Amino acid sequence: MAATVRRKRFRWRDVEGYLFIAPHIVGFLAFMLLPIVSSMYLSLNAWDMMSPPRFIGLRNFQQLLYADRLFWQVLGNTVYYVVLSVPPSVVLPLLLAVLLNQQVRGVSIYRAALFMPVVTSALAVGLAWAWLYDGQFGLFNYVLSLVGIKGPSWLSDPDLAMPAVVAVGVWQGLGYNMVIYLAGLQGIGQHLYEAATIDGAGRLRQFMHITVPLLTPSTFFTLVMGVIGSFQSFGLIYIMTNGGPLNSTNVYVYYLWQTAFGSSRMGYAAAMAWILAVIIFIITAIQFRLARTWVHYQ
Amino acid sequence: MATTTTVVRAAPRRLPRRQAVEATRRALTHLLLIVFCASCLVPFWWMVASSFKQDFETFMFPPTWIPLWPTLENYDKVFNSIPFWTFVVNSAKITTLAVGGELFTVSLAAFAFARLQFKGRDAIFMLLLATMMVPGAVTIVPLFVLMHQIGWINTHLPLIIPPMLGSAYGTFLLRQFMLSLPTELEDAARIDGCSSFGVYWRVSLPLMKPALATLGVFAFMGQWNSFFGPLIFLDKVELFTIQLGLALLRGRYYTSWSLLMAGSVLATIPIVVLFVFLQRYFVQGIALTGIKG
Repeated sequence: MAATVRRKRFRWRDVEGYLFIAPHIVGFLAFMLLPIVSSMYLSLNAWDMMSPPRFIGLRNFQQLLYADRLFWQVLGNTVYYVVLSVPPSVVLPLLLAVLLNQQVRGVSIYRAALFMPVVTSALAVGLAWAWLYDGQFGLFNYVLSLVGIKGPSWLSDPDLAMPAVVAVGVWQGLGYNMVIYLAGLQGIGQHLYEAATIDGAGRLRQFMHITVPLLTPSTFFTLVMGVIGSFQSFGLIYIMTNGGPLNSTNVYVYYLWQTAFGSSRMGYAAAMAWILAVIIFIITAIQFRLARTWVHYQ
Repeated sequence: MATTTTVVRAAPRRLPRRQAVEATRRALTHLLLIVFCASCLVPFWWMVASSFKQDFETFMFPPTWIPLWPTLENYDKVFNSIPFWTFVVNSAKITTLAVGGELFTVSLAAFAFARLQFKGRDAIFMLLLATMMVPGAVTIVPLFVLMHQIGWINTHLPLIIPPMLGSAYGTFLLRQFMLSLPTELEDAARIDGCSSFGVYWRVSLPLMKPALATLGVFAFMGQWNSFFGPLIFLDKVELFTIQLGLALLRGRYYTSWSLLMAGSVLATIPIVVLFVFLQRYFVQGIALTGIKG
């Protein structure tokens, strides 16, 4: 008798738990798990959404890797984007956070100013910077003209367009990573600096031997998230360059978007997406492996 | 030993010099910060100033920092050449429903994962976390196909329903927050005969307020600024969100920078107002993510 009662109560407890998570789980199954699974199947098909899908095995992957020259160019562009954008996005906010952490006056004003670009949409940021970069009447070329340089047409030059877009991305993300570092700095005990001062270490040495090593968990976080994020950049590219000129800023997700929603090659796009997922996964795994050698947890 | 004595002896004489060094250091810090902040704010100033210029003034050389012939004509054009207020209403509707729904579903799930015992709880939670690693690019194509098959393309549903049902990130954030709270109040409520839902609704939810506010501002920002989703799911102009609608200004007319800047200003205002009032929550939210990550 007692046993059945207990069992019943157990079951109710389970049901209750499931009811609580039900809305979230329904959403998760329908809009996360189902798409992930069906994306795998989709990548093995040729499908334009008009005629029924045709199973073609690994042919999408074969074509991407061996026959699609634009794919390789786009992959190269994406790696270029990541390589240009990640180092400044990791280092500059670190310096800013250390500056802000000096107990200077007006910290909240500085922080708010540095954070403004973070809350602004890609659309507004992209348009404002496209105007700043304007070849004839943009602000940058005016400033360059003051020192006697005739500025280029930034976004229409295949060599300059990518660095120009990257600069905007870095600019927009500074405040976000800075706050991550500020949180990390709060966790470093003041006694370490006091001890170092007594030992006669100058500010620079304290920075190099206390701040930098003890902030490595934050650095690792911004690095991993920066790589993942910049592999998937899209908004600024769409607004500022549309992938041009001459595909010089055509990056992975932009090409994927063109493939799926411009030329309706759904299977091909799904295959592209999986290659990207594998690339990101491998790079992230390597970063976690390497982290053992340089990230210090207190 | 020798050094110690030197320091002690020399200290009184060195003091003024030290103060000078300290003052210089502070001045340099401010200088650097001002340079960085200026570089963050100048584009905004440029955007706002240009939005009040007449076209000919944007083509003046040297450019003017303050409009010499200020005009509201660009804002007029934004309001009249595109259905601006329709876009605002669309964005407000999508954002409110998506964020409100998300806060509810996510707090329910977080409460269950943090406080209730049920079979498979930890396994389900791990599965949720694991899918956070999958890049959004992987799901977008099949998601579009799914929406197409259930006839949700060119409706606001694909932008409202999935976020409304919660994000793994939000559940994770709130669960961590709940675990850091003491359980005494909840236990007391249970002893007084509260059901689980009663405990959640009357005790836990009010306690979760700071975390909900943080998650809320971020979800709001994400929804309001989102571009990719609306771009993919919406074709009809009358359904466009503000971000997508203002992008229309780009192609339709010749490039009028002053008009585009007026559009950018309008797209930015709500989020900046929110930021000014709720700055604390933005900062806390990021700090939380960083520490947990």
